[in-house]
This record gives sequence, C-alpha cells and structure tokens, in this order.
Amino acid sequence: MNLKTALHELHLELGAKMGPFAGYDMPLYYDLGVMKEHLWVRESCGLFDVSHMGQVMIKGAGARELLERLTPSPYKKLGIDRTKYTVLTNEQGGIIDDLMVTKTGEDSFHLVINAGCKDKDIAWIKEHLSDDLEFIYFDDWALLALQGPKAEVALKNALGIDTSDMPYMAMIPAQFEGKDIYVSRLGYTGEDGFEIAVQNDSAANMARKLLAEEAVKPIGLAARDSLRLEMGYCLYGHDIDAETSPIEADLGWVTSKNNEGFIGADVVLKHKSEGTPKKRVGVRLTGKGVAREGAEIRNEADEIVGTLTSGGHSPSLGQSIGQGYVPADMAAPGTKIFVNVRGRNIAAEVAHMPFMPAQTKSMKKKEEAA
Amino acid sequence: MPNLKFTNDHECLHVDGDVAWVGITKYAQEALGDLVFVELPDVGKQVSKGDELAVVESVKTAAEVYSPVDGEVVEANSDMEGDLDLMSKDVGDGGWIAKIKMSDAAQLEGLMDEAAYAEYLKTVD
Repeated sequence: MNLKTALHELHLELGAKMGPFAGYDMPLYYDLGVMKEHLWVRESCGLFDVSHMGQVMIKGAGARELLERLTPSPYKKLGIDRTKYTVLTNEQGGIIDDLMVTKTGEDSFHLVINAGCKDKDIAWIKEHLSDDLEFIYFDDWALLALQGPKAEVALKNALGIDTSDMPYMAMIPAQFEGKDIYVSRLGYTGEDGFEIAVQNDSAANMARKLLAEEAVKPIGLAARDSLRLEMGYCLYGHDIDAETSPIEADLGWVTSKNNEGFIGADVVLKHKSEGTPKKRVGVRLTGKGVAREGAEIRNEADEIVGTLTSGGHSPSLGQSIGQGYVPADMAAPGTKIFVNVRGRNIAAEVAHMPFMPAQTKSMKKKEEAA
Repeated sequence: MPNLKFTNDHECLHVDGDVAWVGITKYAQEALGDLVFVELPDVGKQVSKGDELAVVESVKTAAEVYSPVDGEVVEANSDMEGDLDLMSKDVGDGGWIAKIKMSDAAQLEGLMDEAAYAEYLKTVD
C-alpha cells in the first residue's frame, strides 16, 4: 500500500496518471502529457507536489559540528536562512543521500532529504546525534515546488508573498491561512522557482490558490525527471549511490578546505587530490534514438566502458540526453562514444552539463552583469 | 471498406492483397504518450509472427511493435522518422510503420476485426 501526500485527492481530481514512487502514490503526469508539461515549466510555471520528500531539523549547541561530520560542506560562514546543496557521506566516502541544508539559526538547520532515503537518513543522523541535540521530523508537512520563469509573479499574485529581493538558495518565513510556512528559492528544474513548506492541512488550499493562476499548471514527476536531466542534476539511487563518492559523481564542489573532518573524508579527499578512475559525465546522442538508464556506454573500439545512469528524450533540445560513468580519460566533453540500445550502437558524445543554461536567479544576475 | 485487423498487443493491420501494412492503434499511442522516435525495420528483413518489427519510443518508454504475421518487410515508412505525427493517421493512410509481404495469409484469421478489438479494449485497463 503506497503512502499518500496531502495533495492526493487533488491529483485525482485533476486527472493525474498516478504511479508508485519511493513508497508513495504520486502523479506522473496530468492532462497535458509529459512533453507539454516540461515545456510549460520552461516558459511559464509549474506546480509540483514534492511532499514525499523528507523535511527534518537538527537543533541545539553542536548542530553545525554534527552537520560538518555528516556532510563535506562547511556551515560556519553560511548566512542565516541561506541554503546549500550537499551530500551525506558514509565511512567509505560513498553518498548516502543528496540534500538541501538551510541554516535557520546559528545552531539550527533544516534539511530536505530524498523520499526513498528518508528512513536510512533519519537512522543515520540519529546514530550520530548527541543527547544535547534535538531532531525533528516534519512528517505532517507538505512541500510544493513552484518552478518556472513566472513563479515569482505567480507566488505574489496567488499568496501575496513578495520575493523580488530574495536571493537564490535562501529561505524566508511567511504566512498562509494564519499559519507559518517556509518559502525557499531553489528547485530541481534549472528555472527560477520556489519550494514551499506548508502544513498538510493547508497544503491543498495553497495548491488550489496557486493553480488558479493562469500561468500555473500542475506538473508530474515524469516532467520533473526530464527537467532535472537537462540540468545534469543527480537523481539519487540512479546517478549517485552509496558506492559512488562525490568526486566520482563530479560533485567535488560540495567539498571545502574548511571542512576536512567529515565521515569518509579520507577516501573523498584522496579522490579529490589524486582523481578517480571513473567520473560522472553528461551524454548527448548524436545519432538517432533514445538511450535510457542501463544502456552500455562503449568506446570507439566497441568495448564497454560504462553505463548510463539516467537517460531519455530532452523535450527542450529535441534530442536524447543522459548521464553516466566513464573512465576519467574519456570524461572530456566532445569525446566520441556509443550507447548501445537493443544491441545497436548509437553515436554519442560526452557533453558538458547542464545541457542548457540554468535560468535560476543567480544565473540571470550573472548574465545581466556580463 | 478497409480490411483492418488487430492484435492483442495493439498492432493494427491494413490488409492489401498479400501485403499487410502494420501500425499501432490509437489506444497504444495514447498509452505511450508523446512519441519521440521510431526505429524502423530494414527492408528485406524476414520476420516471423511475434518477432520485433519496430520500436516506438515515447518520452515515457520504449515499446516494441511485434510482427503480427510471417513474411518479408517490403517497405518501411521513412517519412515517419521525420514526422511522428503520421503515426496518428489511419494505418492505411500514412500511419503504417512497415509493409510486410505475407507468406501465410491464413494467419490473419487468428486476428481481431474492428468490432472484436473494440470489445477487447473493454477488457483491458
């Protein structure tokens, strides 16, 4: 029996095609279909139910030190209400999960973790939690993602929340129906947008208000996947897992000279200084076809050199893209490879990620400054 | 009156003498969603009933199209590679993926006609 989010009834009412994901019955797509939903997010604004993700908080003296044990990132200089993408590492330097960490106070941190990793993450964090620290699991909170170039305007029109001065990767408290909500400017699509934490009993009302905006349409998990794939973002359990280090996963930027005491640091920092035999790369098909997760990556001598960990059609680019692991000496963009689909080699190349420029607020600022 | 036949796997055949024009039904297309690619068979390929004839890729998934009869592929619809919207046309009117010269036309008798297929659809999800 799959779990239901607070928006489950609304999904059915909207005619969603539902399917199981990480133990939840989730909307895969609605009336528009995956392709149009994807493009709608790129040109307007989409509303996603991501309530299956876990929201937890660690509070108390030593919370920062604990997070600097659990993840390779430093948090001392991170501003209050600012957010960082990072990973939980195991003793072998592998990735237990990837997550968003928001510093809500000098000694309090809000974490958003993957649905499929909730149980093991919570167990892992609790295993390392000292008695002085408080751990809160917000299991009666929903999470709505509002993503797309019109997200800022839609949020203002629908909920009266003005985010015009809000930077990327930040969180602000706000109110809805007289209750506290938390609005973060970030997402999984490469567009400007927000994730809004709201208590379950107000979640459907909030979603309806947002959907009443002409610019906003409901978007399912299938388009969420193709959107993140165009950005080269990792999907846990596919592109990264407990066997891959952040360096192999090309996530070395989450590490820092200001935190070398995290779990698995010996392995990760060795990978960082010496390199790794394999590396996560983007793959773009130059031949016709679609390559999906599990397809073999072959070199020009037709030897198997790796596997696609994600793949599919990119609605924005009109071609097939993916990501996978290849030997380090084949990781340069432009390297000619093949992906084998149903016994046939399709020409492909290693590609720079993201496959198309992100339109997040910080990226737009950089463009304006340039 | 076109001579249309249907399979349990939602292939649709337009029978023209000893040549079967093979496509997929509206039901199959709706189940697949947005189509992005079709892998056509080589002309001259010998196929047996149940062999993979073509692959239709949608945003969501890849679906095999099986040959409903034994025979030889005499034509593949290369126009479709550049215009997947053709798939939604009637199989006898541009919506065919491949034409098969049948070696055993008696195999058609095991397939459904339009009315039987409509009844069959009521039994599938």
